[in-house]
Amino acid sequence: MIYLQIAANGLVLGGLYACIAVGFSLVWGVLNVINILHGSFIVLGSYVAYFAYVHLGIHPFISIVIAGGVLYALGYLVQAGIINRVVTAPVLITLTLTFGLDLILNNAMLVAFTADYRGISLAHPLGSLEIGPVFLPGDRVAAMALAILLTILLYRLLRDSSIGRAIIAVRMDREAAALMGVDVKRIIFPISPLNGPVFLGKAFVVCVLGGLGSVPGALAGGLLLGVIESFTSYWLGPERAVTVSFALLLVLLFVRPSGLMGRRGYE
Amino acid sequence: MRSWLTLAVIAPLLAALPLVGNNYALRLATTVFMYSVMAQSWNFIGGLAGYPSFATAAFFGLGAYASAILQNHGVPMVPAWACAGVAALLFAAFLGGAILHLRGHYFAIASLIVAEMLREIVNTLPDFTGGGKGMNLPLLKLSVTAQAQFFFYAMLALAVLTVATAIVLQRSKLGFGLRCIQQNESAADIIGINSYAYKTAGFCLSAVFVGVAGAIYASWVNYIDPPDVFDVLISVKPMVMVLLGGLGTIFGPPLGAVVLLLLEEVVWRNFLTMHVAALGVIIVVLVLFLPHGLLALIRERFPTKAMAN
Repeated sequence: MIYLQIAANGLVLGGLYACIAVGFSLVWGVLNVINILHGSFIVLGSYVAYFAYVHLGIHPFISIVIAGGVLYALGYLVQAGIINRVVTAPVLITLTLTFGLDLILNNAMLVAFTADYRGISLAHPLGSLEIGPVFLPGDRVAAMALAILLTILLYRLLRDSSIGRAIIAVRMDREAAALMGVDVKRIIFPISPLNGPVFLGKAFVVCVLGGLGSVPGALAGGLLLGVIESFTSYWLGPERAVTVSFALLLVLLFVRPSGLMGRRGYE
Repeated sequence: MRSWLTLAVIAPLLAALPLVGNNYALRLATTVFMYSVMAQSWNFIGGLAGYPSFATAAFFGLGAYASAILQNHGVPMVPAWACAGVAALLFAAFLGGAILHLRGHYFAIASLIVAEMLREIVNTLPDFTGGGKGMNLPLLKLSVTAQAQFFFYAMLALAVLTVATAIVLQRSKLGFGLRCIQQNESAADIIGINSYAYKTAGFCLSAVFVGVAGAIYASWVNYIDPPDVFDVLISVKPMVMVLLGGLGTIFGPPLGAVVLLLLEEVVWRNFLTMHVAALGVIIVVLVLFLPHGLLALIRERFPTKAMAN
């Protein structure tokens, strides 16, 4: 029965990973730009939610709109003002550029917010959910559901709306950087500017697992990574979870670089 | 020929620095040589072949740890440095076989993850590597000034060796093949270049000197720990230096090393808490406004006869 619980924890975690990775995957797949800034964007979104809750009392589920808006604006500025200038340049140039931008944003956040870990403890938590033998904290489940919902929404937007079709067709994109601001994990996980690279690492693994530039791939990859990490934490200890996911990534890159659900051609 | 002449003029001038400089100047110069080795090495794979490798930190840390472990088991210092270079070379040959079939971003990520993996492995082997506590190296029985001079000359020799390798490589079949791969790998394959072998050779060359540099660095600072020698910035700075100096050139990487270190020193002194952001600003400005490096800028201003032909 313990395995059911671990699997459930993994799925909840994986929903958040999927949400983290989908924007990253989009920018990578559509623009052919690896956005090293991605991890820091997520952390910034978390801070927006944190300050909205602590100072204004806005519930994180609602401040998603604010966090999304702020990051949309920031993403737009970065994309239109800086990245677009070199978007057709070789990999090395775009990679170095976003790395430089990441150093700036990350350092600025460290100075502005300090390196202290912060977390939101909700005044009215949703309690816990009990499905048979499995216990799950309600807030996490709601956050995961929201994350998956947003991911699906993004997918529909890409498939059905004219903007989305433009993104796919013209390979010219402005929204992606902002859409990645929608992160929901902020409700439970303690945040600190130091977390940026952790999220970036997860996004990498999820993209390679699921396949590049594919929204369903990111969803599947995220859920899979969540479950894998959950089980390795149980069997080998939580400190091994990162090592195992990186090892998995290397093996996958070696045997199947297009990902489990990826389309060929993105190389 | 001009490259050899330039090297023959600059190297003795640099070697005379201990006659006039104090220990601070020597320390800065030693760091410049180390940066230059890393930048030049990265240029072999990143500049010539166009493969954005983030593996520099992996080779550097591997060299540092290999040498530290050997020395703590009684191997003398200089042979331990050489072994570190060989270890980095073998590791690159093995790693290159595994990841050099990847292109673009996939290669970049795979090489980036390798350093993270090595750091995790070092962390989880405390009996062998000291784990997160780090490792001490045997102290040299020399005065402070003599030590500063010793490491200055060691790093200078390595830097000169790397530049010499770059000059030889530039004219060689291997260098030509790597440049072909950068232009168009499929075309290079078609005209009969074994691109896989060439890339692996380039990757090994980019590892060996960095491994030795890591080993010398470890002896120089006497203490290493995983976050220090596997730092991702060790992988990023060489790219910045090469971009600063000029991609695929011989004297661009050393020039970039000098400029980056000077910028770093100025920033460190004036903005201690924001120095990482300042590095970021340098990178962004560089990529946006100076994509061909300083060497190209200098040549534009002062075109030589050779260029005009």
